[in-house]
Amino acid sequence: MANTNDAFSADIALEPYWTAARDGRLLFKHCRACDRPHYYPRPLCPFCMSADTDWREASGDGTIYSWSVERRASPPFAIAFVKLAEGPTLMTAIVDADLDNISVDQKVTLKFEERNDTPVPVFTPAS
Amino acid sequence: MTIKGKAFIAGVYEHPTRKAEGIPIAQIHAEVARGALDDAGLTLQDVDAYYCAGDAPGLGGLSIAEYLGIQPRHIDTTETGGSSYIVHVNHAAQAIAAGKCKVALITLAGKPRTGGAQPGRAPLAIQPPDAPFEAPFKPSVLNIYAMCARRHMHEFGTTSEQLAWIKVAASEHAQHNPHAMLKSVVTVEEVVNSPLVADPLHRLDCCIISDGGGALVVVAPEIAAQLKRPKVSVMGAGEAIKHNNGGEIDITYSAGRWSSAKAFEEAGVTPDDIKYVSVYDSFTITVLMQLEDLGFCAKGDGGRFVADGNLISGVGKLPFNTDGGGLCNNHPGNRGGMTKVIEAVRQLRGEAHPAVQVSNCDIALAHGTGGFLGTRHGSATLIMERS
Ligand SMILES: [Zn+2]
Repeated sequence: MANTNDAFSADIALEPYWTAARDGRLLFKHCRACDRPHYYPRPLCPFCMSADTDWREASGDGTIYSWSVERRASPPFAIAFVKLAEGPTLMTAIVDADLDNISVDQKVTLKFEERNDTPVPVFTPAS
Repeated sequence: MTIKGKAFIAGVYEHPTRKAEGIPIAQIHAEVARGALDDAGLTLQDVDAYYCAGDAPGLGGLSIAEYLGIQPRHIDTTETGGSSYIVHVNHAAQAIAAGKCKVALITLAGKPRTGGAQPGRAPLAIQPPDAPFEAPFKPSVLNIYAMCARRHMHEFGTTSEQLAWIKVAASEHAQHNPHAMLKSVVTVEEVVNSPLVADPLHRLDCCIISDGGGALVVVAPEIAAQLKRPKVSVMGAGEAIKHNNGGEIDITYSAGRWSSAKAFEEAGVTPDDIKYVSVYDSFTITVLMQLEDLGFCAKGDGGRFVADGNLISGVGKLPFNTDGGGLCNNHPGNRGGMTKVIEAVRQLRGEAHPAVQVSNCDIALAHGTGGFLGTRHGSATLIMERS
């Protein structure tokens, strides 16, 4: 898989997303025409194709929709779908967690981690 | 327009290899093409339509058509992962019904075991739009399907023991298949006690990785009438895709819910009429979710439905994957749709292994899922009849 950097440097529409990510803020898209949020972000709304979309900032609160621990990896890691408080569900990682004690509906909190020199949104169990 | 009764599956062939060291993918395409044409009683000169998917190297259909030496007047290289070949049967039947061709050849070949290809997909030349938002988290076929299983367990109380029954049934069938990679019968205990590879899936919840290929020949009724082999007609087919829908996700069901509804409607039958089902089995959870989506039981009841040997031929109500399926027999190119159709045709012809042959098998269903069940996938359903 290509370095994620390649994509963001080549995609002008995503510049606000990566700029916010470097500040530790997660942005998603909201469509003014149909009033629905979406993720991953696109300039044209995937529900109505309107170009009248704007960026919104996630609060950072979410709940685990589903998860799995890849046990054969070294070290093992947790992948998850997390539902943001604002609605959209995104693919992410659960980090700084006891991998034997992750559960569906668990409350989690946003943080950013560098992967391939790119800040990406990951989640930790809420305290 | 309907395709019901307007096309026949006249030839099928499953390559016997499971390890194709030193044999290029193009050669496997040619060998399975010859096998399916021989089976039908047709020759390369009869072929006027060609279908293949993302497993074909180079320029895909162009490169393999050249290698085979055919000059088709109809070509379709629709790529929906492992379900492509079931989609191809649907498209071939549509083209035949529209008078665009009379003899359609469909081929698959892949070498994930010795060729080093990534499971589940061909190398990607251009990064897909989802990659920056998913690739950093290392999604794999394994952990994505595992998340489907986890959510299904959470919502419906499905258990690892219930999932294990699917592998047990596949292994009961595979013991009779001399070509199967795994011929040993396993127990529920052995499955749930095998190592966790991606919670909640265990090693024995997973399919095998094998080299190989397969081919199908779909023909017009007037061609079928001249052939000697038992006749299998296309009754109905449906296809659908499902994706993450802008972040509004529900991974407890697949696009099979939609593809099967179209197929049953076109065929004019219901799940109660199906005597045998071939259903894609990359993992045990794949089978369970698809059986629900196909309507063999209610959503959420899959665990109870597959338990206690209900999928074992001669034992349960719904015999499935009597060749041992991808879980035990063969999974060429990490793509399941081709072998699913082949075993269903064997059952309808009465040519399955006698130990697993379903008696009075007059209507069968083959169903495939391609891509990733928990993110984006294509489903295809095909209903066939012995005529
Ligand atoms: Zn919109």
